[in-house]
Amino acid sequence: MPSLLEGNALFRGIYCWLAANEGNSGPGPCGEALRDGLLPVGWEWVAFFAAGLGIVMLLINVFLLLVMLYTYMERRLLGRFQARLGPNRTGPFGLLQPVADAIKLLTKEDLVPAGADRLLFNLAPIAMIVPVLLVLAVLPFGENSFLANINVGILFVVAVTSVNTLAMFMAGWASGNRYAMFGGMRAVAQLVSYEVPVVLSIVGILLYTGSLSMVDIVEAQRIPFILLQPLAFFIFIAGSSAEMNRSPFDLVEAESEIVSGYHTEYSGMKFGLFQLAEFGAVLVTSGVMATLFLKGWEGPVLPSHLWFLIKVFFFAFIMIWVRATLPRLRIDQVMDFAWKFLFPLSLINMFVTAVEVLVWEEPTLVQLWAMVGINLLVAVVGIVAFSFVFKRRGLSPSRVTPPLVVVEGD
Amino acid sequence: MLQDYFHHYGLIAIFTAFAVLIPVSILLLSWAFTFVRARPSKPNPVKSSLYECGMRPIGPERWTQFNFRYYKYALLFLVFDVETVFIYPWAIKFKQLGLFALIEMAVFVLILVVGWMYAWRKRALEWD
Repeated sequence: MPSLLEGNALFRGIYCWLAANEGNSGPGPCGEALRDGLLPVGWEWVAFFAAGLGIVMLLINVFLLLVMLYTYMERRLLGRFQARLGPNRTGPFGLLQPVADAIKLLTKEDLVPAGADRLLFNLAPIAMIVPVLLVLAVLPFGENSFLANINVGILFVVAVTSVNTLAMFMAGWASGNRYAMFGGMRAVAQLVSYEVPVVLSIVGILLYTGSLSMVDIVEAQRIPFILLQPLAFFIFIAGSSAEMNRSPFDLVEAESEIVSGYHTEYSGMKFGLFQLAEFGAVLVTSGVMATLFLKGWEGPVLPSHLWFLIKVFFFAFIMIWVRATLPRLRIDQVMDFAWKFLFPLSLINMFVTAVEVLVWEEPTLVQLWAMVGINLLVAVVGIVAFSFVFKRRGLSPSRVTPPLVVVEGD
Repeated sequence: MLQDYFHHYGLIAIFTAFAVLIPVSILLLSWAFTFVRARPSKPNPVKSSLYECGMRPIGPERWTQFNFRYYKYALLFLVFDVETVFIYPWAIKFKQLGLFALIEMAVFVLILVVGWMYAWRKRALEWD
């Protein structure tokens, strides 16, 4: 693992401002500015904590502000997609709508149902939002700016986000409500199923980069992986929107079937935290997608942080677009889509990529573009072929819906 | 270096502490609003009853019957998630390992794919 001061401009700035002294025994040397530190020798840990806290506060605050902006954006855009206006009354263009929502949720009565498991009931919204925030810890959000560059970056993301499953089941079970329980069950079944193809789709990228670190993945992209790995991108965006319970996969909180799933009994700010986690997950996943598939913060002319935000909101826009366009699937279709469609495709993608990496060990730019061609072809052929298999075997309606039996004289 | 390892994870530990602190403090703030009468808190039996359909709920509250099919998906997930545990290190070191590793992984995945096809054939992947 590289030293903390290496390539981490923000951390290095704060740390060296405080603790650049002779005999400094901290994470690494500060270079020329050796005598300008504010703290005496032996107090490096204070500088370490101060620098860490600084970046953490910056990340969390900016993130929460962006989530507010995103909720506004989603509601406005959904309005536009559905030929209506969307929120436009609170403040200029309705921009203060998220603030109004927050105040309303904070001052709503907090109801706990009689049969609830109180401890788990209160713990579930917290357990829901913590993993979403934790992903930010390894996300490089600009040139030389990240909190920690651990050598298992993307694995950390995958591991942390799967805690959400637990939180949903906790909420469903603790409510004591039947619908909430069903929602929790569905959440576990669906999230667990989509975890497999999503995790396997990332393998294609890892074969090219040979590193799990998010910073290395950004720097290894000579051409964006969205071109080099189109099939993996398709699997990742479909699978992760299923993991976030966004339509067309929002079976977990399908209001036409199970009221609103695992958060049926929640009200007030606990409900607000669930919503915050859900909208935050969209932004975080867009950030991960931008890092994995669209060169992260790299881009010409504009500053790198701005490029990262542009890419994040580009993917967020695509997700809103998908939500506004596609109708909700049935639960059996959702499960079939994971196990019979995405899973074999992700295995195919993995082996095709492995063979390519084996044939072209140090690819030139021309060879990379050849790979783009081959992978696009594989993606199109794979998706078309498997959708035929899927159509014939998986989804004939007579198999799925049993015919209604009418009992005579009942 | 080991020291760098602890430094990076130290930052993540700080972040985790804050990530827990933020939702907890939001909930506490909302709770504190009760004392300045900005938030009502008047529970009664009707309000705190479970929502079912508007009528009084019938039967045991949490222990409803649920289908066996969830169990099948859990089993399948377990198999293929363990598979990914082996695939990740293989993918990272693939360039050094070469052709032999590819064949070995193909055999390994093939065994699991046979299991997956068996499950499909036995209609374990059907939701019914």
